[in-house]
Amino acid sequence: MPVQPVPLDEVERRILNGLQGGFPICERPFQEAANALGLDEVELIERIERLIKAGVLTRFGPLFNADRLGGANVLAAMSLPQTDFDRVAAFVNAQPEIAHNYRREHHFNLWFVGAAETPEKVESTFSYIELVSGYPIYRFPKEREFFVELKLKA
Amino acid sequence: MAPLALDPIDLALISATQSGLPLVPRPYHSVAEKIGIPAEEVMARLTSMLENGAIRRIGLVPNHYALGYRANGMSVWDVADDRVDELGERIGHLNFVSHCYRRPRCPPHWPYNLFAMLHGKSREEVTAYAEEIRVLLGKASRASDILYSQGILKKTGLRIT
Repeated sequence: MPVQPVPLDEVERRILNGLQGGFPICERPFQEAANALGLDEVELIERIERLIKAGVLTRFGPLFNADRLGGANVLAAMSLPQTDFDRVAAFVNAQPEIAHNYRREHHFNLWFVGAAETPEKVESTFSYIELVSGYPIYRFPKEREFFVELKLKA
Repeated sequence: MAPLALDPIDLALISATQSGLPLVPRPYHSVAEKIGIPAEEVMARLTSMLENGAIRRIGLVPNHYALGYRANGMSVWDVADDRVDELGERIGHLNFVSHCYRRPRCPPHWPYNLFAMLHGKSREEVTAYAEEIRVLLGKASRASDILYSQGILKKTGLRIT
């Protein structure tokens, strides 16, 4: 999944730095966004297409907030011995309710997010993983989300 | 925050746009045609979803690795309960923090209650960011750690409908 850094030209940097949010809602939004970036509509659309194809962008569009839409997602961790890591990690990955899964350098070496329509469904997936793997899952549900204004500089 | 009440048109709109907007001059018109409602209604509903927080933002979503952000560190902090909310707000506003949450501690295994995700081009850069957070937290933080990613094993994104 990780890709190598992709070389970007000045126009692409301008697009990346200027359009991580605030895309207009109007009849010709690309035209309006292009004007603000000193480009024309067709050029902006073509550049975004290219950036998606090159893997620089994962997506272009609205970023929904799953919490506000009624879904449940819970961060959780497991502490696995190296000898069992691959087997348990693959089993965790195989559950459709697991959205993200990372290996991290720590005593807790597997970190994943369970996401489903309801908290009960997330919990039943976690219980199932515990039962089958024989290892406990530590749950870290969010208690509060702090506002972030993420801008990755390109 | 409590979940919003969504009607079938909202769900159709989410389903039609969560993997991306069509890259055409009139993208909202194209979505409208697809789900069979007027373009004005698509735009009005998206505007209200932005206002009520159902949509965080509309724009491009970069791939961190392609931009050279190879180091991903989950910084975790044990912050005094009576200060964590105020300090969490301030940490969220640092421009190198991509997510910031208060979560339960899990003693004796896990003393940390504040999580701030850090992205940098190297571990040195991430460590320097964590140092800025340490200074900001001061004595309110009793312990901390940084858990570096050694690999993404799965990343599907949240499918909502």
